[in-house]
Amino acid sequence: MTVRIVPFARIREIVGNAVLERTLAGGARARDAFAALAADFPQLAELERSTRFVRGDAFVTADTELHDGDELGLLPPFGGG
Amino acid sequence: MRYDIVDEPLEIEPLIAAVRGPGAGALVTFVGYVRERADDGRPVDGLSYEAHRDLALAELRAIGTEAAQRFDGAVVAIAHRVGVLGLGEAAVAIAVGSAHRGAAFDACEYAIDELKRRVPIWKKERYVDGGERWRENA
Repeated sequence: MTVRIVPFARIREIVGNAVLERTLAGGARARDAFAALAADFPQLAELERSTRFVRGDAFVTADTELHDGDELGLLPPFGGG
Repeated sequence: MRYDIVDEPLEIEPLIAAVRGPGAGALVTFVGYVRERADDGRPVDGLSYEAHRDLALAELRAIGTEAAQRFDGAVVAIAHRVGVLGLGEAAVAIAVGSAHRGAAFDACEYAIDELKRRVPIWKKERYVDGGERWRENA
């Protein structure tokens, strides 16, 4: 299956603005999408534990199973206020 | 109740207007500004904020609803700026109306604490010496 990855803030600066698609095995979870990206961008490793995931307009956990065509947002730690 | 993510300079007055009412005997506001030094003392030239806009608005709404439930029906309005900000510009503004001051102070503190913790907004500090750095809330 293919998922589209939408990076934000610091993660976007690391991976660039290109549309990111990754082909993952069936049953892959949000954390697997992150790992697939981190394999290409080693600087992401330090953000592995702190990154939050969003699918559509809702937060999901790293354990959430993905589906073909999903759009997965990667959110580094927040800094509002 | 009013929740905004805005590109233009923030104004507190529309937020105050949104939470005032015949039952609001108390009104508390909080405004966070861009200050001239980072936590480590490094001189700051300005900040840039960006947000996951839809999710940020949903989270602000949730915080306002929780504040009303926890603090005696307090009415909350929150606006956060995004884009490039200079020194002294307002980054976040909160107004809370409530029957009595205790609930208004508590709800205002709850709103800013929860905003910093869970609303998807990111801040990059730009320094006078030319460097820049993403800053995360603790």
